[in-house]
Amino acid sequence: MWKFTVRRIFVMIPQVILLSVIIFILAKMMPGDALSGLIDPNIDPATIEAKREALGLNNPWYVQYWDWIKNAVQGDLGQSFQFKMPVSEIIGQRLTNTFWLALLTLIITYLIAIPLGITSGRFNDTWGDRLITGYTYVGFGMPLFIFALVMLWIFGFKLGWFPSGGSVKPGLDPGSFEYIVSKFKHMLLPALSAALIATVGTVQYLRSEIIDIKQKDFIQTARAKGASESRVYNRHILRNSLLPIAAFFGYEITGLIGGSIFIENIFSYPGIGQLFLGSINIRDYTVVTSCVLLFGIAAILGSLLSDIILSIVDPRIRIK
Amino acid sequence: MEIETSKNPLLLSKVEEPAKTPSGWRIIWRELVRDKVALLSLIFLVLITAFVYGISLFLDQEEIVTVDLFAIHQPPSADFWLGTDYGGRDIFGQLIIGTRNSLSIGILVTVMTGLIGIIFGMVSGYFGGAVDNIMMRIVDFFMILPFLMIVIVFVAIVPKYSILSFSLIMTAFLWMGKARLIRSKTLQERELDYVQASKTLGSSNFRILFTQVLPNLSSIIIVAMTLNLAANIGLESGLSFLGFGFPESTPSLGTLVSYARNPQTLQDRWWIWVPASLLILVLMLSINNVGQALKRATDARQRRG
Repeated sequence: MWKFTVRRIFVMIPQVILLSVIIFILAKMMPGDALSGLIDPNIDPATIEAKREALGLNNPWYVQYWDWIKNAVQGDLGQSFQFKMPVSEIIGQRLTNTFWLALLTLIITYLIAIPLGITSGRFNDTWGDRLITGYTYVGFGMPLFIFALVMLWIFGFKLGWFPSGGSVKPGLDPGSFEYIVSKFKHMLLPALSAALIATVGTVQYLRSEIIDIKQKDFIQTARAKGASESRVYNRHILRNSLLPIAAFFGYEITGLIGGSIFIENIFSYPGIGQLFLGSINIRDYTVVTSCVLLFGIAAILGSLLSDIILSIVDPRIRIK
Repeated sequence: MEIETSKNPLLLSKVEEPAKTPSGWRIIWRELVRDKVALLSLIFLVLITAFVYGISLFLDQEEIVTVDLFAIHQPPSADFWLGTDYGGRDIFGQLIIGTRNSLSIGILVTVMTGLIGIIFGMVSGYFGGAVDNIMMRIVDFFMILPFLMIVIVFVAIVPKYSILSFSLIMTAFLWMGKARLIRSKTLQERELDYVQASKTLGSSNFRILFTQVLPNLSSIIIVAMTLNLAANIGLESGLSFLGFGFPESTPSLGTLVSYARNPQTLQDRWWIWVPASLLILVLMLSINNVGQALKRATDARQRRG
């Protein structure tokens, strides 16, 4: 297993380098540079040129790339002209918000998906299964942003059960109990909306997996030995069908990243996705590139995680 | 009527057909007839496509997107069947043109990603070895990019942004799935006897790939492209919703939904965003229904008909 993990991590290194090159090229393609926001237009061109020289903006691209990578690794992602502060600081605040939202979404996803998948697979072709299949059918065709809007409309505005935006009620003392409760309340509706769509794939997969395994010979054997129905399901079927679900965990993270842009936008939740959209609209490109880099690395780590879990639960992968 | 048709020599051959293996189209047709939901979906799709493309011939896009300050946010009436938006523009007209635009771009992107995927996947799978290795690493690399963010960045920085550049950007980051699928099918296909036989007879690789392997992959390609069409329409409307799809002067279903980001519109002016949302949902579900029926038709074990 260690051999596989180490080899898999080595595969990741060129991926990260390529990602950073692409982002660097994108950054160079963006109109303006780090200076356009820093200085006011009254300064004469010679001074700007001197500053460009001092900042290394006239260096060949590989030198610039190296400088950028060196600083990024040390946590210096540049200066945001919108907020007039280091990008790493802005991202730090937003990242905690996105992290908690993503964590809650994941928890809710599995809390819903696993019981539904098990019910649907175990009692297939009953009315309960039809109900669940109906839900996954609609959920599969439902774009996340429309569903989130409808949730916001019903639960945020019509019923007023949840706050309709932000990440915390203003004026609360950070760290106090009320602060945490308020944070949770603000996260619940966005997380629930994202989770209800994210469950669909897992439920469908778990259902077909259980139905598949139910007909295998070793289940017949277990029954023939006189194992109780609950033992057959909990020990024999579930164990086998939950393994692939565990392995998809990392890919869920990749899915959450795309989803968070929509969710944060609709619920005005101040996370990385919202920061990204806001910065691109006002062309604060240092922030934009940092967000893409961050989410790109998160996606690479997600697929790494999935592959490692998969190699633990499925020994056949390791041989390859 | 019955007697007359059976006398027709042209139709006589059809009666004898069950002795032969049914053709691909026949299987697909039987599957669709057996699955009523899929059939209804197909009829709905054909009707709505004909309707939006037909009606939009008589609608003037310029006129519909012209701001009319005297008609802002009007509820549905005889003049404006679905009311107006914040610029006094007719929602019904925007809905028709928006559906047409969303469908067009969905189809365009699906066809373009399909073409790239087919060529890339077939070459990679057929030649194998080092070629395959390099090509699949390229696919891997595109797969790890955070799709939504990269597309948004490109949309924001491309100069002279247009519908064509939008669909090219989407295509550039969406072809990998199909390339992978077609590669794996080509890998299976090239081991089959007919490919070896054709090689022995001296056919060129090009000829084998495009006149012999390709027809055998056609059913899989059609299924994948149908299901992709639904996904692409969803992606396009999602990007337009965020403001990084069509420019606002070109209505899309996603643009109409995006007006609901204004809480006032979301709560009190349902006519602006609910019809477009429903239409996106119904379109995607219908395309998926047809796609699932096609998928069953290509897999003999799952067929109902």
